[in-house]
Amino acid sequence: MTSAAGIAPPAEAPPPARSAWRLILRNRLAAAGLVVLASIILLALVTPLLPLHPPNATAPANRLLPPFSDGHLLGTDHLGRDILARLMWGTRLSLAVGISATFIAALIGSVIGILAGYTGGRTDNTMMRGIDMLMAFPYILLALAIVAVLGPGLFNALIAVAIVNIPFFARNIRGATVGIVHREFIDAARLSGKGRLRILAADVLPNVLPVIVITMSTTVGWMILETAGLSFLGLGSQPPQADLGSMLGEGRRLLMNAPHVSYLPGLVIFLIVMSINLLGDGVRDALDPRLRAGALARPAPMTAIDRTDMGTDVAPVDAPLSVDHLTTQFRLGSDTHHAVNEVSLSLGRGECLGVIGESGSGKSVTALSLAALVASPPGVIAGGRVLLHGSDLLSKSARELRKVRGRDVAYIFQDPLSTLHPQFTVGDQLVEAIRAHRHMSRAAAWAEAVRLLDLVRIPNPRGRARAYPHELSGGMRQRVGIAMALANAPEIIVADEPTTALDVTVQAQVLDLMDELRRDRDTAVLFITHDFGVVTQICDRVAVMYAGRIVETGPTRQVLEDPAHPYTRKLIDCVPVLGSGRRRFDAISGLPPAANRLPRGCAFAERCELADAACRAGPIAMHEIAAGRQARCVRPLAGTS
Amino acid sequence: MTAYVFKRLVALIPVLLGLSIIVFAIMALIPGDPALAILGAYATPENVARLNRQLGLDQPLPLQYLTWLGNILTGDFGRSYSLNRPVIDEVLERFQATLVLAGAALVLCTLWGVLAGIVAAVRQYGWADRIVTFIVLVGISIPSFWLGLLLILLFAVELRWLPASGMYSVYGGGDLPDLLRHLVLPAVTLSAVAAGVIARLTRSAMLEVLRQDFIRTARAKGVGERGVVYRHALKAAMVSVVPVIGVQAGFVLSGAVYIETVFQWPGIGRMLVNAISTRDILLVQGGVLVVAASYVLFNLCADVVQHLLDPRVQA
Ligand code: SF4
Repeated sequence: MTSAAGIAPPAEAPPPARSAWRLILRNRLAAAGLVVLASIILLALVTPLLPLHPPNATAPANRLLPPFSDGHLLGTDHLGRDILARLMWGTRLSLAVGISATFIAALIGSVIGILAGYTGGRTDNTMMRGIDMLMAFPYILLALAIVAVLGPGLFNALIAVAIVNIPFFARNIRGATVGIVHREFIDAARLSGKGRLRILAADVLPNVLPVIVITMSTTVGWMILETAGLSFLGLGSQPPQADLGSMLGEGRRLLMNAPHVSYLPGLVIFLIVMSINLLGDGVRDALDPRLRAGALARPAPMTAIDRTDMGTDVAPVDAPLSVDHLTTQFRLGSDTHHAVNEVSLSLGRGECLGVIGESGSGKSVTALSLAALVASPPGVIAGGRVLLHGSDLLSKSARELRKVRGRDVAYIFQDPLSTLHPQFTVGDQLVEAIRAHRHMSRAAAWAEAVRLLDLVRIPNPRGRARAYPHELSGGMRQRVGIAMALANAPEIIVADEPTTALDVTVQAQVLDLMDELRRDRDTAVLFITHDFGVVTQICDRVAVMYAGRIVETGPTRQVLEDPAHPYTRKLIDCVPVLGSGRRRFDAISGLPPAANRLPRGCAFAERCELADAACRAGPIAMHEIAAGRQARCVRPLAGTS
Repeated sequence: MTAYVFKRLVALIPVLLGLSIIVFAIMALIPGDPALAILGAYATPENVARLNRQLGLDQPLPLQYLTWLGNILTGDFGRSYSLNRPVIDEVLERFQATLVLAGAALVLCTLWGVLAGIVAAVRQYGWADRIVTFIVLVGISIPSFWLGLLLILLFAVELRWLPASGMYSVYGGGDLPDLLRHLVLPAVTLSAVAAGVIARLTRSAMLEVLRQDFIRTARAKGVGERGVVYRHALKAAMVSVVPVIGVQAGFVLSGAVYIETVFQWPGIGRMLVNAISTRDILLVQGGVLVVAASYVLFNLCADVVQHLLDPRVQA
């Protein structure tokens, strides 16, 4: 994660480097936790060897000495006992009790969990019901009930706290056991005639042990707190024996005139628990691969922009949208995935341009990059321009860009079940789209929303406006998506595989609708798809993408009838009957190159029958092969110029 | 919706029965002879036997349970021998005080938990996030009874802004402002741990939601960042936060046991601690049962709210 360091990011987009720094900081805190915890445990272990006052020796003459008194570093309590000595012995006791409770809970809980998970069926059911029942009690209440039965005392408090925590272990360990019980090695052990106990001990236990250890590390802090709490209430350790909790409880009565008697033991409890939690959190974070990959980072309002190359082409004046050498990358740690590489294209007024390619070819990332909607981190736009009537969208601030999104450039996404908000009605979502750009009362916007639903031929639009997305069929939802894109009559619509999730008949209806609407309104459409059938049905021109680059572009009919790039050729050969929906990219042998290891030369060379040394030597440029047609190949199949 | 609530209420019956069995079983396990405990060490064997018969203790356990359950269902929790009044009266009176305290704490912890979680998520990896993360860690590591003492030291002893203990002033108190003044410190203390847990969860739920496709759709529509975060993301994140608030109610009720002791709050937690010390088993039994049942009910409410929030899972 060093590549992005030192480059000024746009507002609010944290560079990945900062998350690495945070990981270290987190671990530094964890290290601090470890040091504190280790010193406390060490001190507790050597306490009997230290030259301390006897912890229970009373000396009425020295009552309530303040800290830093002669001979009593931390002062004395109401019976003249040395607080330092009592603290150290109390820590010893509290740690011992908390840790023992953890081990008891872990032992019993694990046995229950493993048995339930391994046996399954009715036994599992009954056991887990019982566990659920125990968990229906507020935590301490159960411990109190148990202490009520057993009577106050430190040992009884230990038992109570252990019992209360058994359900956590039982649940976690049962889950882990269920996860492995049907794996081959368990089956193999069973077939080999091993006894049940031996399987549990030799095959199951080692595999769930990490879960047990993790659960212990997350509960031990709690258990120390809880036993201290019971002692504080006078239900745990009984005088003269004192753990940290009971010291705190006794000191409480002297709060007004000798606060140090109570706040010192509390401070030690706090330090112990805090260091355990710090350590646990740090280790958990460090082990979490999602955190490393930046997958938990919050996406910024717009894609991070870090352009080294600003493009060169002069924008065609008549084109509402032209994209010039657009380059988008995903930066994951020190690894850079080149998703989109110097893509240039232009979209004329009212024109429909299809961008076709396999999944992973960079077509969707290209579409999202236009309005800087690529999630970032890890996405970064590393070069090029997106010109809307000649003004570069990528140099706008997030605030300015917001005004463009949905008003000038609108999007239709694939799978509206996940792209529409599940908790708002479709009417509300349309109203929001309208009011994002137009000053309009809610009522007027609602009427407008109903009109839009009617426009995309949703029957009973008035009623449907009140429906939630999940209450509509897939085709209806996609119509809602289209209505939303049309809400502010944009000049350009970017449609990212809008029909992929639909079945063939519905797909045809939706395509017809889109085609009609765009012609009526003279809207330019950038249509992302992997389906040549769809391209023929709706697109004037087509651009074929492979490994993040456009490899061929031209009028749809010409490209289709006479493809120039070997890749396009194969793509078309894979389509059995045009328009029948699913094409089979897998018919092309081999795989596209990995986006973080693109070859220097032609990216298609590994799969191309015509490939030779010249193809692999270096970057291949786009060539004009006929009027309005270009291809990125040294020996194109069509055209001669 | 009503169908869902009804279904959940029906499903509650076995849970409550289970609770009652556990409570009964725990009390039945108590070593020693209850009659002897009631009559004292000098009771004659005949008297003990007669009382045992009176109490139904000579019956087999399942029968004893049924009798006991029947009594409970008719509101008869027995008589507290240490207070010499019906258990149910004492429990309900004390439980009201606990409800005030726990309710206030729950509102507080939800409020700051959610707020802090949002701030941390929005400013992820920024200073605000780091500060919140640290406070959260302190909050869930600090012994609440100690935090209570520290707050008393600062606000009641040093600054003398707020009363240190009790629910009402002994002289001239009793009205709402008086109650609120007494409520501040214990409620704040009690909310600390739960607020930490809720803040953590809100933060991670927000971050999770902000990566969803529908958030990208909102941005593509041209919705401002504020709308994206506070309308779209927050509403979706709440679906996973609300049930945790329900679970936190259990921690708040548990914590109330300590806090009531620290602040001399006349609630059910303190009653339980006293009842355990005086071995007033019937009182413990009644208190535990009522608190556990109310916790179960509260979780049901949280589930209902979750279903109201998320139309997808409506029954
Ligand atoms: S450049 Fe060479 S390898 Fe690439 S497509 Fe053309 S012929 Fe094939």
